Amino acid sequence: MTTHLDISHVSIEFPTPKGPFKALDNVSLKIQKGEFVSLIGHSGCGKSTVLNIVAGLYDATEGGILLDGREVKGPGPERAVVFQNHSLLPWLTSYQNVELAVKQVFRKTKSKKEMHDWIMHNLELVHMTHAADKRPDEISGGMKQRVGIARALAMEPSVLLMDEPFGALDALTRAHLQDSLMEIQKDLNNTVIMITHDVDEAVLLSDRIVMMTNGPAATVGEILHVDLERPRERLALANDPRYVDYRTQVLTFLYEKQRKVEPIQPAVKTKKTAINAKVANA
Amino acid sequence: MISNITMASLKEKISAFSVKGILLPVFGILVFILLWQVGASRVHTSLGEFPGPVVVYEQWNSLVAEHQNERVKADKFYVRQEERIAERQAKDPSYAGIIRDYTGKPTFFDQIFTSLYTVLAGFGLASLIAIPVGILIGLNRSVYSALNPVIQLFKPVSPLAWLPLVTMVVSASYVSDDPMFSKSFLTSMFTVTLCCMWPTLINTAVGVAAVEKDLLNVSKVLRLGWVTHVMKIVIPSAIPLMFTGLRLSLGIAWMVLIAAEMLAQNPGLGKFVWDEFQNGSSNSLGRIMVAVLMIGFIGYLLDRVMLAFQRFASWDKTQVLR
Repeated sequence: MTTHLDISHVSIEFPTPKGPFKALDNVSLKIQKGEFVSLIGHSGCGKSTVLNIVAGLYDATEGGILLDGREVKGPGPERAVVFQNHSLLPWLTSYQNVELAVKQVFRKTKSKKEMHDWIMHNLELVHMTHAADKRPDEISGGMKQRVGIARALAMEPSVLLMDEPFGALDALTRAHLQDSLMEIQKDLNNTVIMITHDVDEAVLLSDRIVMMTNGPAATVGEILHVDLERPRERLALANDPRYVDYRTQVLTFLYEKQRKVEPIQPAVKTKKTAINAKVANA
Repeated sequence: MISNITMASLKEKISAFSVKGILLPVFGILVFILLWQVGASRVHTSLGEFPGPVVVYEQWNSLVAEHQNERVKADKFYVRQEERIAERQAKDPSYAGIIRDYTGKPTFFDQIFTSLYTVLAGFGLASLIAIPVGILIGLNRSVYSALNPVIQLFKPVSPLAWLPLVTMVVSASYVSDDPMFSKSFLTSMFTVTLCCMWPTLINTAVGVAAVEKDLLNVSKVLRLGWVTHVMKIVIPSAIPLMFTGLRLSLGIAWMVLIAAEMLAQNPGLGKFVWDEFQNGSSNSLGRIMVAVLMIGFIGYLLDRVMLAFQRFASWDKTQVLR
């Protein structure tokens, strides 16, 4: 298998009044086509920063991202993002939200009819055809996230980037969406990078779990291969000793090897402001 | 059981609504009229007592009557002309008559109409300038930094300060043998534009600059072109604040207009007030008071119309607009 996405020696520094702050240090990760990779770590460790660099929303200070051997610069629909808080345009219906993406990506290659069918097909995948004409404020949080996923899938991305996609949802809705995602993944076999802070979610969904060390200068700590055959059933797995073992390994990493030191050092604070400053400048 | 409860709560709501929605406002108005009547009779001017509600009502009736008389006169004037032309044509079939416009004095209601279209023209022009400039300023911090001092400088300028300059510029630059607009109209309109564009401009800029970061990221990931980005993301997000600005602007436009019309002698409500003041008859104060109430009422109606537009254009139907 060849490398599909290569995150190569990525470091990033944010300027702060007290000098540059190094958020990520030498993060390297090779991902194969069709692989589902989770990034897990404590909050503030730079998981989202990694994702934003892959998405092209941030520029790495050192190193870079190679997609099929070519360096990528700047954001683009071939690296679609599912944002944590859905980020649907509130003035457009579910259909129109997906349509905006489809028109942008396929306006030269698909006819009007084909685009319509493709939009409906993607809404179908996430079971949202019934709410195609509803605006985001008329549907529930879980439904919004489904539409967000449909929008990302509709771009036919080489890599699907998910930034804590189910983090804002209640446990039942989250489980439901995880099952849907596994179903979709079985059919489409996308390459996925997902950020999560939920250990069960990581073990259930991933082929590999990338555990990140605490910042500042966070990097890849350990990588865990999850060798559970698919399709995976959450109930059957709950008592599977291998599942329990994977879970324990991740928990051990998070709570013993990389215990979050409280109170949070001031450095973490400066990092947050640094990101805000960067966003304000962008 | 449930339906009984909902019925009861519905009734409660209706009665609460009629108390808050009808009874209290009516009560407020009645108290105001009473205080006005009592207060007015104690104020004496060289033109007699300050007009109370009764006098104002009489003057309103007389203004309505004047308007109707004037309309009858105008109709008669046109009938006479047509008769005269018909007569001439009977004798000489080649005669092509010209219908001349009636040139009677504009009535109070003609003046209201003049004021309305002057304010709408000024406000429309201001919006045409302020919205695009506001979008540009909101999108680009450099443009904002460059234009901000100018905006802050001109924002607080009174219409009375602009008016002499506008008057001179209009008379110097709008020279035509057959003018489409009268100079007084243009002067009033431009003054209104200069004074009322700022709230729309600033609010649009703030609305555009405050587009959610996540939505900007969506736009970046989709690689939306500049036009699509502005049309699909920036403008819809800025619409609520844009309308707040537009409503403030229209309110200012209407206030400024009255002052502008007084000085520019545009035949609208401002000129009506000025003429009555110069006239100085015993009816004048009452008539001015009619104009004051009418100005207030029209200002209120204009705001309601903008509110209706805002409700129509707003995507967030849950937002409480008032």
